Amino acid sequence: MLLEGKKLLITGVLMDSSIAFHVAKLAQEQGAEVVLTSFGRTMKITSTIAKRLPTTPPVVELDVTDTEHLDTLATRLGEHVDHLDGVLHSIGFAPQGAFNFLEGTFEDVSTAMHASAYSLKSLAVAALPLMTPGSAVVGLTFDAKFAWPVYDWMGVAKAAFESTNRYLARDLGPKGVRCNLVAAGPIRTTAAKSIPGFQTFEDSWDERAPLGWDVNDAVPAAKACAALLSDWFPATTGEIVHVDGGVHAMGI
Amino acid sequence: MAQSEQEILAGLAEIVNEETGLDPETVQSDKAFTDDLDIDSLSMMTIVVNAEEKFGVRIPDDEVKNLRTVGDAVSFIQSNQS
Ligand SMILES: NC(=O)c1ccc[n+]([C@@H]2O[C@H](COP(=O)([O-])OP(=O)(O)OC[C@H]3O[C@@H](n4cnc5c(N)ncnc54)[C@H](O)[C@@H]3O)[C@@H](O)[C@H]2O)c1
Repeated sequence: MLLEGKKLLITGVLMDSSIAFHVAKLAQEQGAEVVLTSFGRTMKITSTIAKRLPTTPPVVELDVTDTEHLDTLATRLGEHVDHLDGVLHSIGFAPQGAFNFLEGTFEDVSTAMHASAYSLKSLAVAALPLMTPGSAVVGLTFDAKFAWPVYDWMGVAKAAFESTNRYLARDLGPKGVRCNLVAAGPIRTTAAKSIPGFQTFEDSWDERAPLGWDVNDAVPAAKACAALLSDWFPATTGEIVHVDGGVHAMGI
Repeated sequence: MAQSEQEILAGLAEIVNEETGLDPETVQSDKAFTDDLDIDSLSMMTIVVNAEEKFGVRIPDDEVKNLRTVGDAVSFIQSNQS
């Protein structure tokens, strides 16, 4: 099995539509032991949804913008696992105002940056005491090379997120920790549906993708995350793997 | 096994009570989740997920916006229970 005996920290399971839910499911099916995180009022939802996984994993509280949660993460995880072989960052948040480029305030933008970009560094550093050489950090991005309809300041946050991944790769490489991202095409999740006008992506993606695209299928993106968490990319770091049906490579 | 409307209403009232602290007596069929019971979208998600577990049904996200009142939810659950 791809992830036999691996211990993984998986953030971002909210509903069973969450990309992270599918990563957790695949990871368990592939032999991994999983710990989930959630925070605040969503803890209850995550704990209920966790029961829909092949094995019900523990859920540890982590608001990735809360310094105290971050500082105590490794200790609290220690109750469930003695080390970590991998961490999935599947977290994104932007206030509604951030989805209007010309009107968005810096307050909106800074919240988006904190929760969606800086959080990759925060999470990796918080988990680092438990991470062993050969382990991996994997995150999810939405290709930040382009200006998209409606994505606006979240797109700028994703550009920062992608850059954060490269700097993390630089600083964690010497410790034997790989850092990579999966650039997924649009998938109908709670986060996606909270973006006003998400429909715009849904309609055109399938037409533009040489392989076609199903917005209701998170499994292709989850498989890529599982592969990057495995031992099969031992010399790859600072990379972005596109799981988008091929849209990133097309001109029109 | 399908349950009666009364049983579903009582079960749903219990879930709403757990999430919001609202007296189960106030959770009546004609009450709207948002306008009458003041339930926000995150609480609604919690209620939906718990109702799925309790009643053994799937309530797709796209359906949730059609469930304006408690009665709408009860009918949806009843007609989708096998
Ligand atoms: N759905 C898409 O179309 C798509 C495409 C490309 C990339 N992504 C990325 O995938 C990732 C997962 O999103 P998803 O689409 O599965 O949606 P989702 O709504 O299921 O997951 C988003 C998660 O972020 C968590 N979160 C938000 N703020 C947080 C905080 N302060 N601390 C900790 N957790 C927090 C939420 O609890 C939730 O679990 C995000 O980074 C998103 O940008 C999504």
